[in-house]
Order: sequence, then structure tokens, then C-alpha cells
Amino acid sequence: MAEEFEPKIIAFLCKWCSSAGSDLAGVSRMKYPPNVVPITVMCSGSVSPLYIFNAFQKGADGVLVSGCHPGDCHYIQGNFYARRRIALVKELIEYIGLEPQRFKMSWVSAAEGKKYTQIIQEFVQELKPLGPQKKLRREK
Amino acid sequence: MKKRTGVFVCHCGINIAGTVDVKNVAEELMKHSNVAHSEDYVYMCSDPGQKLIENSIKEHSLDSVVIACCSPNLHETTFRNCAKAAGINEFQCEIANIREQCSWVHKDKLKATEKAKKITHSTVERVVKNKSLEPISIPVTRRGLVIGGGIAGIQAALDMANSGYEVVLVEKSPSIGGHMIQLSETFPTLDCSQCILTPKMVEVSKHPKIKLLTYSEVQEITGYVGNFKAKILKKPTYVDPTKCTLCDECIDVCPIVVPNEFDLGLTGRKAIYIPFPQAIPATFTLDIANCPGLLPIACGKCMDVCEPEAINYDMKPEIIEEEIGSIVLATGYDLYDKENMKEYGYGKYADVLDGLQFERLLSASGPTMGEVLRPSDHKVPKEVVFIQCVGSRDPELHCAYCSKICCMYTAKHAMLYKHHVPDGQAYIFYIDIRSGGKDYEEFVQRAKEEDGLVYLRGKVSKIFEENGKITVWGADTLAGKDIEINADMVVLATAMRPAKGAEEFAKKLKISLDKDGFLSEAHPKLKPVESVTSGLFFAGAAQAPKDIPEAVAQASGAASKAIIILSQDQLFHSPMVAKVSLNLCTGCGMCVDVCPYDSLSLKDNKAEVNEVLCEGCGTCSATCLRAAIEVKNITPVQIYEMIDASVGG
Repeated sequence: MAEEFEPKIIAFLCKWCSSAGSDLAGVSRMKYPPNVVPITVMCSGSVSPLYIFNAFQKGADGVLVSGCHPGDCHYIQGNFYARRRIALVKELIEYIGLEPQRFKMSWVSAAEGKKYTQIIQEFVQELKPLGPQKKLRREK
Repeated sequence: MKKRTGVFVCHCGINIAGTVDVKNVAEELMKHSNVAHSEDYVYMCSDPGQKLIENSIKEHSLDSVVIACCSPNLHETTFRNCAKAAGINEFQCEIANIREQCSWVHKDKLKATEKAKKITHSTVERVVKNKSLEPISIPVTRRGLVIGGGIAGIQAALDMANSGYEVVLVEKSPSIGGHMIQLSETFPTLDCSQCILTPKMVEVSKHPKIKLLTYSEVQEITGYVGNFKAKILKKPTYVDPTKCTLCDECIDVCPIVVPNEFDLGLTGRKAIYIPFPQAIPATFTLDIANCPGLLPIACGKCMDVCEPEAINYDMKPEIIEEEIGSIVLATGYDLYDKENMKEYGYGKYADVLDGLQFERLLSASGPTMGEVLRPSDHKVPKEVVFIQCVGSRDPELHCAYCSKICCMYTAKHAMLYKHHVPDGQAYIFYIDIRSGGKDYEEFVQRAKEEDGLVYLRGKVSKIFEENGKITVWGADTLAGKDIEINADMVVLATAMRPAKGAEEFAKKLKISLDKDGFLSEAHPKLKPVESVTSGLFFAGAAQAPKDIPEAVAQASGAASKAIIILSQDQLFHSPMVAKVSLNLCTGCGMCVDVCPYDSLSLKDNKAEVNEVLCEGCGTCSATCLRAAIEVKNITPVQIYEMIDASVGG
């Protein structure tokens, strides 16, 4: 039997909420698949669309951007900018013909370890049937 | 020049090593062209572990280090200090979180090890492009601001002032004292609340270091830790406190009567009033919302009789600007709105009271001079039903949380009622009795045994008036039967809610709130008085329901945190701030528009960063179309390298 496809996910987590929420998932010993590698950034508002497309070009099968809940941004309003920017990224992803399910945005607070766990579990399940992402991948 | 990075992989006992092959991670990273040394150790944070890092830095001439261990929130400072001690810049040390974000959340050792390698590799890519930075020094304004003049705010202000710092204490009502001054006696000692609070209030009023602004509201706070600016609206009282002799003549002539807030509507007050005799500041306030008009033609009676000419209708609202270094927020609580408790007849029947109203009835300075009388007919109630958890512990309809103090004050209420009416009967409906606290359980037992209170475990379904009595339908779940009591009075232990207006206030100040509207602390266990905004601290019931001893303790805690800031000669700000590449910047100003801290401006048609104001969020960097602005040590180039390492082969 062929080995099951394991999607590679890059998760951009804001330092104050989502990375802390992901820490809480660890502290609470919750379990989720090891497909995700987190990159902690200061704010979801600092995640440039270029980061997302760069991850796809490098061969990521899915990209997650997670920040504080709207209204609760550590940097006052950074996540509002993220939200607006991400809406455009989604349109662009569809426009270039990439499966929209490959990109996800979520709001995870420092207290939501369980939510983070669920998001990763779901994301991995959603990506598995899609197979490897080849559309944007650049061969090295 | 190529960097010489050291990689140190921690076992954390079996916390990491149980799921991640730490030796394999260290070996793998050694293959990286920038890694000059790598090793693993059982506890990197231990003293020998830190020594090991220090010695390795010196021995292998390392210029940067990656510690693969727990979350940077825990030991980043430890390891950065360790790097500093070994002679390298602290910003050349980065943490790869392979515990919370890897070993603790996975079971498959092979896969977890692969992931740990990617995380560590990604962090190495970051650190090889890190620049050495020096913390930015900022000055400190050595004055504090306390918002809210209840017991928590009073305690915080006194502690700060007694440490030698000037404090501005802002209270929105005409007097300080908060809800505590309304209480009769306090559990578990039955101290008279006014007797123990008024000495503190007097101390505030006489303290040379405290600037008291009552009838005032903070409208805006700008700036940052050590250097805040507060804009405070001082509402006009129309009475000059320096001239007012408290002769009461104005009260006698004022024709307007409105419900008295201090007695929670059990009595009336005039439009010109003093909230209670021991009010601080001791002066009258003309309540303009209820006064027929400030023109002498409309009324003017108070001004006519005021011999010392203290009344001034021309007084105007004043905006006071204060510069402060740290802030304690103590905005307190209010009781759950009676509109929500209609099934208990609260607000409909005069003899259904809330806990604070009953406090006023018991109080020696209250509307009945401490006699327990029914508000409806002034008769002594012979049967009183007390109901706990009114609005609390009811996630479906009301508040999910426990208001914490109601078990105790209900026991106290029923006990004091029995002291006033020895032949009366007190019934208490409860779900559980929660009496954790020093001498609290003994107090409840004393109430049960000495005062013969009848505790009924169960909820009340309905309350209605019948033949001058208040009929209470409830259940006794221990006896398994329905209960009907024809009571003379009902006292509801309603839930504690954040003070009215506190939510809008917190939004204005950009302070985050929890799901119930209470102030959200930076860490539920280790930072219980800190907000996520540095320099801003919490005290009292604004953060969560709490009793007086807890509010006082938290206030002293918040004050000491605030003093830590005020006592510094200078503060240091993270140097991870935005940096503009002048040759790429076209001066479009998009970064200026999105900056949440107003730290960017255009100068000579180029963006310029105010490093003191910049918090390093990077919103500007993601906005710039020309990659002309980036945050130091987390630049797009670093992120691209990190992505590469994270995706892996």
C-alpha cells in the first residue's frame, strides 16, 4: 500500500495570541499531526502576501495565517490590516487556479489551545485529498 | 563574513527527549554551513547548562546561538543573558520552540524529530541574518495614575504615594469610596465597613502626593510605558469646595427630589447633594442633569441661600492633561442589571431587594438608621428569603461564572438580619456554599449554628406578590420536595458585573476584555495584575469578582508593579523596530497611514521611524509595495529563509 500523502503546512502565527495559543496546546498536551511547522511573527498584520506565495513556491501544500481575534490585537489594529489583505490573497489564489482550501486564516487567542489543535487537525484532513501542491512549486 | 552559530538542543528531561531524538537534531544541524558547534544537554536552563553555553561560545568563538528548547516566553531572557555574559550581543540569541510546539503535541518520534529539525534549522536561518542591536533607552515620568476610587483604587494610590511617587487618582462620581462605603458590616469579622474605609479615604484627601480628581473621567490615554499622557474631563460641580461650609442650606431649598444612588433608590436626594456625610472631597455637587436650570430665572434658590457664595453657575467642564509613567486601572463592579431578573420580581415589588440595597437597610447610616424595615410599609419583616446565585452560574440565561462573594455576604446578611430581628426567620436558597478563605467557613458555620439560618439547597422558580406577602416557589433538592414560603422580604444575591461603562472605557483605551467583560490579564497565573500593554496594571473587581481582602491585596500588587516602572531612571524598549531603506522609499506614505502607533512620518519625502514609539509589529513592512521598510531581525529576507527551512526537503 502506498504511503499516505502527508501535506506540508507552514503556519504564520502572531507572537502574542496564536503562538501563545499554540504553546497552550502544548502545555495542555493536546495532540495534532506533525505536518505543520510554525513561524512566529510579531503580528498577523506583518504577514505580507509575498510570504504566503513564497511558501507555496517553496513547496508548501497549505499555508495558515493566524492572529489575535479582531479587536484584540496586541498592536491595536494590525490584524484588521491582515484581514483585509488576506481577503485579497484569497481572491488571488482562486484567480491563479490554486485550490482555495490550501490557504487558511484563523483567529486564535492565547487561551485557545484547543481551537488551534482543531484547526490543524481539520486543515490536514482537508489538504490530504488535494495531494501535493504543484501549481506554484518551483523546482530547485 | 560567515557567521559562526552554535546550536544547543535541550532534552528538558524527557519532556523533549521523550518524543524528539535530540542527538539527531544536534547532529543534523551540525551539517549547516553556518553552524560551528552543536550539542545537546539534559537541562539547558540549569546552571551547568548555561555554563555549557557560555563556555562553548568562548571556546568555539561563536557569534550567535540558537537554543532549541521550550517556548521563548519562558527562557528567552535566561539564554539572552547567558549570551551576553559570554560576550556576544543578546539579539544574536534566538529560541527554537521544540517543546510546546513540537514534542508535547506529537507522539511519533520520527516525525517529531523531523519537525524539530525544521524548527531549529529555520531558527538558525533567522539568527545568521540577525544584527547586533542595543535596547533603546527611554525616559520615565515618575508619576502614577489610578483610575477608580473604590477600595482597590484607594489602596493602590496610597501605596504608590507612600512610596514617594506623585499619584493622580481619578474617580467618576463625586466622592471616592466605591461600593465598599455603601456596605454595613464586612465578613468574616463584622467590621463596620465605613469605619475601616474612611481612615483610608481621609488619608487620600490629606496626602501631599495624591492629586484627587473626583467627578472626573479619563477620556484618552496616549503614549507608552513610562511616558503616558492622560486627558481627563473634570465635570463641573457648580460648587467651590474651598468656599462650601457644608451648612446644608442649599439642600433645604432645592425643590427637586430624585432617587439617591448611594442608597440605591431606597431614599431620595436633592439635585444639589453630598453623596454621604463622610464624602471625600467634603463638598456639594449640583447634579445638572436633574437641576431645573442654571439660569437664576429657572430656579436659583440654592445660590440665593448660599452665604459663603460657594455656588457658581458659570463653572465649565475642564480638560486636564496629566503626564504619567504607569497606570493602575480599578474601575470596579456593578450588580447585574435588574432588568434581567424579572422572574424574581426585582424592580417590580418594593420588598424584593438586591444585596447592596439590603446593605443600606442594615447600615447604621442607612435610610432606616440600621433598622430592618420593609420598604413598602416600614414594617419589620418576620420571614426573609435570601436567594444566592441570582444571575451567576447560569450559562444558559445569565452569567456562567461564580460571583464568588455572594455565599459569604448572604450568610452575613442573614446573620445580621437575625441580630436585628431575633424572632424572625431567615431562609437561604443556595446551589453550593463556597466559603474558601481565611475564617470564611467558620463564619458560615457560626451563622448556621448560632443564628439558626435555614439553608435550602435548590433554586427558586418564581416569586410573586399575594395578599401583602411575597410568595416564593422553590425546591429543596436534598429533601426532594417543593417549597412555598410566604415571605415578607426577599434579598437577591445578584451577580457581579464589570462596572457600567467599563466596557466602552476599555475599548477606548484599547484594553482587551475577557468573554464576560472583565479586564483580561497578561497571564492568568504569573501575570495576574498586568495587562498586555506594558505599564498598565489592574486591581479589584474590574478584573474578576473578588472580595475586599483580595481587592486590597491585588491593589497593592498592582501598585508595586507600577512603582517598579516609576522607580527606574530609564526604561529600555525593544530595538526590534522598523527601519527604512532610503534608496527604496518613494515617500508614498502608505506605511504612515497604517502604523498603529503613529511612529512613522514623512520627512524630505521619505518615511522616518520614531524608534521610541515603534513597537515593531511590522504592519508597515507588509504594506510597503517596494520592500523599503522592514523590522530589524525579522526581515522579509529572514522570513523567506525560514520558510525554505520549514518546508524542508
